[in-house]
Amino acid sequence: MASDTAITDKTGFRIPSMSVIGPILALAILILIGALLNPNFLGAGNITNVLARSAFIGIIAVGMTFVITAGGLDLSVGSMAAFIAGLMILVMNAALPTLGVGVPIILLGMLTALVAGVLAGLLNGFLITTLGIEAFIVTLGTMGIYRSLVTWLADGGTLSLDFGLRTFYRPVYFDGILGISWPIIVFALVVIIGEIFMSRSRFGRHCAATGSNEHVAHYSNVNVNRTRLLTYAMLGVLVGVATIMYVPRLGSASASTGVLWELEAIAAVIIGGTVLQGGFGRVWGTVIGVLILSLIDNILNLTDLVSPYLNGAIQGVIIILAVILQREAKAKG
Amino acid sequence: MKTLLAGSVALTLGATASFAQDTKVIGVSIPAATHGWAGGMNYHAQETVKRLEEVYPNLDFVLATASDAGKQVNDIEDMVATRNIDALVVLPFESDPLTPPVQAVAEGGAWVTVVDRGLSVEGIEDLYVAGDNSGFGRVSGEYMAEMMPDGGKIVVLRGIPTTIDNMRVEGFEAAIEGSGIEVIGMEHGNWNRDDSFNVMQDFLSKHEQIDAVWASDDDMAVGVLAAIDAAGRDDVQFVLGGAGMKEMIKRVMDGDKMIPADVTYPPAMIATAIEMTAVGMTSNAPVSGTFTIGSVLITPENAEDYYYPDSPF
Repeated sequence: MASDTAITDKTGFRIPSMSVIGPILALAILILIGALLNPNFLGAGNITNVLARSAFIGIIAVGMTFVITAGGLDLSVGSMAAFIAGLMILVMNAALPTLGVGVPIILLGMLTALVAGVLAGLLNGFLITTLGIEAFIVTLGTMGIYRSLVTWLADGGTLSLDFGLRTFYRPVYFDGILGISWPIIVFALVVIIGEIFMSRSRFGRHCAATGSNEHVAHYSNVNVNRTRLLTYAMLGVLVGVATIMYVPRLGSASASTGVLWELEAIAAVIIGGTVLQGGFGRVWGTVIGVLILSLIDNILNLTDLVSPYLNGAIQGVIIILAVILQREAKAKG
Repeated sequence: MKTLLAGSVALTLGATASFAQDTKVIGVSIPAATHGWAGGMNYHAQETVKRLEEVYPNLDFVLATASDAGKQVNDIEDMVATRNIDALVVLPFESDPLTPPVQAVAEGGAWVTVVDRGLSVEGIEDLYVAGDNSGFGRVSGEYMAEMMPDGGKIVVLRGIPTTIDNMRVEGFEAAIEGSGIEVIGMEHGNWNRDDSFNVMQDFLSKHEQIDAVWASDDDMAVGVLAAIDAAGRDDVQFVLGGAGMKEMIKRVMDGDKMIPADVTYPPAMIATAIEMTAVGMTSNAPVSGTFTIGSVLITPENAEDYYYPDSPF
């Protein structure tokens, strides 16, 4: 699969293939267009906003990269994020009279999100690996379950964090170190750890082997089921991490939280060069995919060139183009 | 006393029994609680059904919520096939796809009450209960013009692209015409907090000076306020939302400068529709026709009348 990332020309000089340059090129063109269209585009404020709001989908998409690389899929992450956000708000509001506003209650909320995330991920993984049900079906089912649960918890309305608590928790989204906000820092850390896992660890190799050919992987002494289970659990934890960053932003969760996040995350993974059928994954590519998707939205909001009705169409065109570019490259390589 | 009570209970039971053959079934089909307003509407629908089932022992209610137009058509077909409904109260998910199935129900002889979103063919429904969408825009625009007598620069967040949204925006634009108010940006926030937060962040990057925001919905106003707050901008004087979310009404009541007013578009209109249908089924009072619920400007003076702390919205 290494041949996927580079092709060798006649002189033996390795030039990066289209699947490597494609996404980077697209991102560079987008940044150029943005800078030409609006002078504020490259301003620190705008860059911070875009990176910080990309962090939710980005953190989830890193986990999704592993799931897809191992030949799986998870459609439940958006609903799961909404459910975990709702649960976190309920737990924190309930603990408020005993714990009061302070660091312990924030830690309790974070712990709730992580535990709920890992349990939700393990549930998906268990149904898929141990019971052998198709990933598409299992996560389609849990997608509906979590979405209904959050609607039910919120009684059809919106769950809101206690106002005092929200003020105290707010800096987790809006503040940071040296002017870089926390979501960006956490996103960067997740990406670095994810990249190391994917390209340098045995777990990453097992994921690729499992996704490439389950049977060959099995006979090569890879525990296919455990590898898959771990990818779902890891994705669950990352959904929890994303929720920890999400809740302090608006301090609320409702049935409309995280709608279509799963598709955005999957699209980002594919734009970044990970193969949808599994077997090959690239964490840094996913990051570029996430940035491409959120930059399109940002640029369209900053200009009046295109009717806002067409935002979705432009995103769609870019997703399809990115995949076509990669396939052409693969056919040639 | 005890015997008297027992007697009256027996009498009531007897009366119910003799009416049993006359029990009428009212089907209620509404969109699912996918955003704040719809959540409030679901709450009011459930409360009303619960209450009316006690008031009218000879009325039965079937309540179904649908997450898309296709599911809603199925719900209505099921109500006709399995519950043999005498009346249908429907808040159509979308006008066009729901028109033929609702027309079939009306042709089958059932009473039809349409709520909020009209059907594509006129004359199907017996009763039409609706909010006033152009009025919603007009009242909002008039308030903006009144608050900014010298004009100013505003940005507008629109809802999901639909005819409702178009009517509101047209009403708003007509009302601010000639007032000196300039709309410097208009984008869809999709009646969603997160989308509106992002759109407002981008508006703040794009424009140096924004005097006010027409968020056109309270959920969107929440996202807008968070974005302004995070950007630390003090040029925005106020944000006008709409629909009457309880948290926003509370802020109006408390005299919050950023939320000086709100415009109603009550989710409780579903209760009006169910109630009037029940009256039509059980009495001789004529209820057919059109019932338009006006959009009212909520200010600190009258906010208390529109504050429902128990509703989820």
